[in-house]
Amino acid sequence: MYSLGSESLIKQAREIQDSELQKFYNRLVKLLQVKELGHETLDSLQRLHLILCANKYARTLPSDLQQRLLLLLSSPSEQLQVLSSALLRETLPSSGEELNNIQENISQLNTHAAAVLVSQAGSRAELSNLCAQLVHGLEGRPADGPARSLMFTLPVLKSILTLSPECLTEEHVTILSKKLVDWLRYASIVQGGGASSGGFFTGSRSRQPLPTAELDGSVSGDFFTVLCVGQGFTEDQWMNVYSFSMLHHWLLTYHSVSSSNNTMDTASRLQLSFSLSHSLSNDDRSEVDGSVVSMVSATSSSSRLLPPKERLREKAFQYCQRLIEQCDRKAQKKTDTELQKACMVEAVCILDCVCLEDPSMVFRAFPSIKALFGRLSSDLSFARVLLPIAQFYLNHGEMAAVDCECVWKLVFGRFPAELFNDSFLAHELLRFLRLNLESLQLRAPEFIRFLPNLLKFLAWDSSAAVDDFVDLLPSLVTEGTAVEMFHTLLDLPCLSATLVLQLRSMSLPISESSSRGLLSLDAFRNPAFRGLFLFLLRVETGSGHTIDRLSTLHDLLAEAADWPRVVRCAQIVPVLLHIYFNTVVTVADEKLLAHLILVMLERSSLLLAIPTYSKEIHRVFSCHLLRLCKLRPSLVVDQSHELLEFAGTTVNVYSKEEIYTHVVWVLGEYLSVSSDSRCSVTHITSCFETLEAVLFEITSSAPPPGTVCPAPKVITTLMSALAKLASRSHDLIPRVSLFFSKLRTAAKSDSVIWCADEGDLVAIVTRGEELWSLLKTPGVAQSVLTPPPHVLTPRWHRDTNLAMPLQLRVLTRLTHSQ
Amino acid sequence: MVRCFLIHTLCPVGALSAGESRVLYSRLFGPDEAVLSKQQLGFSPEERRLLQKEKISVVARQVRSAVALSREASGRQLVDAVPGEEALVLQDADNGVVRLRAGDPFSQEMSVLWLGVQSLGFTLACEPHENLLLAERVLRNLSRHCLENLHMLGQGSEVLLKSSRIDVLLSRLLPHGQLLFLNHRFAQSLEKEVAAYVAK
Repeated sequence: MYSLGSESLIKQAREIQDSELQKFYNRLVKLLQVKELGHETLDSLQRLHLILCANKYARTLPSDLQQRLLLLLSSPSEQLQVLSSALLRETLPSSGEELNNIQENISQLNTHAAAVLVSQAGSRAELSNLCAQLVHGLEGRPADGPARSLMFTLPVLKSILTLSPECLTEEHVTILSKKLVDWLRYASIVQGGGASSGGFFTGSRSRQPLPTAELDGSVSGDFFTVLCVGQGFTEDQWMNVYSFSMLHHWLLTYHSVSSSNNTMDTASRLQLSFSLSHSLSNDDRSEVDGSVVSMVSATSSSSRLLPPKERLREKAFQYCQRLIEQCDRKAQKKTDTELQKACMVEAVCILDCVCLEDPSMVFRAFPSIKALFGRLSSDLSFARVLLPIAQFYLNHGEMAAVDCECVWKLVFGRFPAELFNDSFLAHELLRFLRLNLESLQLRAPEFIRFLPNLLKFLAWDSSAAVDDFVDLLPSLVTEGTAVEMFHTLLDLPCLSATLVLQLRSMSLPISESSSRGLLSLDAFRNPAFRGLFLFLLRVETGSGHTIDRLSTLHDLLAEAADWPRVVRCAQIVPVLLHIYFNTVVTVADEKLLAHLILVMLERSSLLLAIPTYSKEIHRVFSCHLLRLCKLRPSLVVDQSHELLEFAGTTVNVYSKEEIYTHVVWVLGEYLSVSSDSRCSVTHITSCFETLEAVLFEITSSAPPPGTVCPAPKVITTLMSALAKLASRSHDLIPRVSLFFSKLRTAAKSDSVIWCADEGDLVAIVTRGEELWSLLKTPGVAQSVLTPPPHVLTPRWHRDTNLAMPLQLRVLTRLTHSQ
Repeated sequence: MVRCFLIHTLCPVGALSAGESRVLYSRLFGPDEAVLSKQQLGFSPEERRLLQKEKISVVARQVRSAVALSREASGRQLVDAVPGEEALVLQDADNGVVRLRAGDPFSQEMSVLWLGVQSLGFTLACEPHENLLLAERVLRNLSRHCLENLHMLGQGSEVLLKSSRIDVLLSRLLPHGQLLFLNHRFAQSLEKEVAAYVAK
């Protein structure tokens, strides 16, 4: 599709020489001077566009060319309008006066010229000016006239409103609201474009215009909406479409326009109110079109007396109710069925918006929303329509005293379980969660039960969902969910693999055995292992934190280790674990933190065997073990038994080096009376003995086959830990000395079997020497090896020793000349 | 509102580094963000234009990487298509949505919908509260028209040399970034206008 030809065209356009470009400009100016603009002109204009676009740096056109292009904006030929508009948007803006010339003839403005004005506007004032002119252009238009030419007004206003609502004033809002009411509610209900009931033999006989039809072919019985069809359309029917398309956004933002009321004096305010009442009786189409009694708005006769904004809300309400009814009809064309879905979403959103502004409408709206929910809840293909409905229930369910549990069960219970692979639904559902977290926690706190279900989105498409979960995770980690969440996060790659298997299992027939070596698929279908997979696929929390036969599960899923989804998932787990730990320290009490440490130790060997996954997870564990113990040092004494068990298993030195190092470090650092008064001499002695045994073992024998020599860091950490413990219980010092002398003797020989590198050995021995000499003065050793906190935390000016030099330095700097 | 519509490459391009995307067509809607930003950054028009171009390439890059990940995960193989098979190619096309955070690169959060047709991507960046069902529909429709009117399945460069056709298409189906609720009759009427323009 993308050819070398295109690439070379772009290259040529970027590298065009200045002289050649000037020649091209001159030729173009000459071509534009000719009255009849032919193919060559159009072609050249197009090529100029390519040249201007190809480079991200702007080029300035010669002023005579620019002038000609500005003139072309109002050319009768659309081709010239389009090309000149595209070119002017790519160049730097011309000075204000030239643009003002275009703006003056606002009735002559076409959509392409408007695009130039909007994109080249250099300030908010220019945009306000444009808005004012467009709104007044809409207001004072005669009924006849070039109908379609001002249709772009609404989209332009909306585009400006989106980024800068202050460009419109209250007066504009009033005018526009009134026009919108007219177009939405009182558009003609007969077909436009000269469609008549005469057929082929019309002649001068009755040319009665046909009424518009519904999507299922029946005749429309109510006011015109976007779901009505006809052979042709009248101008106000087009405006009906444009109005509805921007209605939601209008209702959301019309409050943030600039209020010009404070600048209006009494006279103009009076004038405004006169014109309001004047227009209410004159421009109001409801007087003219009184024949159409809407079935939806039977009680709306009093609405004529409402102020414009409120009236618009009322009409919007009626429009949406009608749309919802219309969506129940079976459309004849598939494309219209899809439009019906989009209309349902929009209608519910607008109703939600209207009810938020005027809560009295909730009671009128709820019956149809409830009926819609009842109709659609059993059909998963309408899942995306049910999300705005859920939003409505969340916002207004409490007020209407409606039970919303069935809604949450559907949205959080069924959707993630069955539609996890719909990327759009995932995007919208996660967005719904993000935006409504506080509200959900208040009104539907049980949503957190569905945590395992929600994580399915993350497991399936990790790269897309991780961004949302980075925002969501802190609120999902609570005291009740902490442990289960921890296990689930660690097993997220397993969930990912299981979801892949689930989908594959549904698409492949049962009889087909593992033809492509999919042993995992066989295991998935095997009743003996059903329980394992069902646990992973669970919908709610509360059925245990994890399963006993995790290692079996990991073996069964071994071949999934190189599936792209599983690999991607494994890459995001460390990130989420960091967020998890950062959150959990704020919500957990000491008991829970102690439990988490145990889980860390236990799970460090129970992970799915993906390359580098274990290593990454160990790194996260080490980092947070350190932080937890620093935060609550008494945890170490509390869990000393389990920590020692871990530290005493020599195999851990080789298989889990990083965690092992950190466990030994925390033991050495925090197993002391100053951390926890329950720490006794027996604790210290038993710890010492355990670590000593391991140290002796790893420094006297070769590493087991298949593993490498332990890194020097492990050994030096062990040595430091022993030294720290010995400094707290001086009877242990002789035993330390014994070890260090043995070490020195062993190092004198050429090589040792437990250390691969000469340099490493030297470093280890040197460290040993330092520790040994330190321990010769036991009184000092303790404060050097485990300094008390006030030494470690800098106290700056509060420390009298430090304060003086600092003060002198400041004074010097102040008094010295620059 | 739709902030921008892009057509860009999804395949590796020789002159660019890996992961970069060549933007073949771009259209930004609405006033320039830089003019209206709360901070008075005082950009000159050249700088503003440069900023816009950079924002567009950021969007293209993000979509390119999202498409690559999606295609890798689904494991589907791309089959070369020839002109005439537009409907089939569109049916087979993979699609998705990416969330761009506020500030990266637009000042507000954006939902970027993409449609990957072989080696080219069609992208629509719109505000997240927009009706994404409608946006998906509009994107698919726009892509179909672009594929047909610009013969994009062939080896030609019409997407570069006939970009005015895309401008007209956008002016009817996505005027100034406004998504429209068009039933088949309204759509037919607008498509007739576009076809008349292309025929000239």
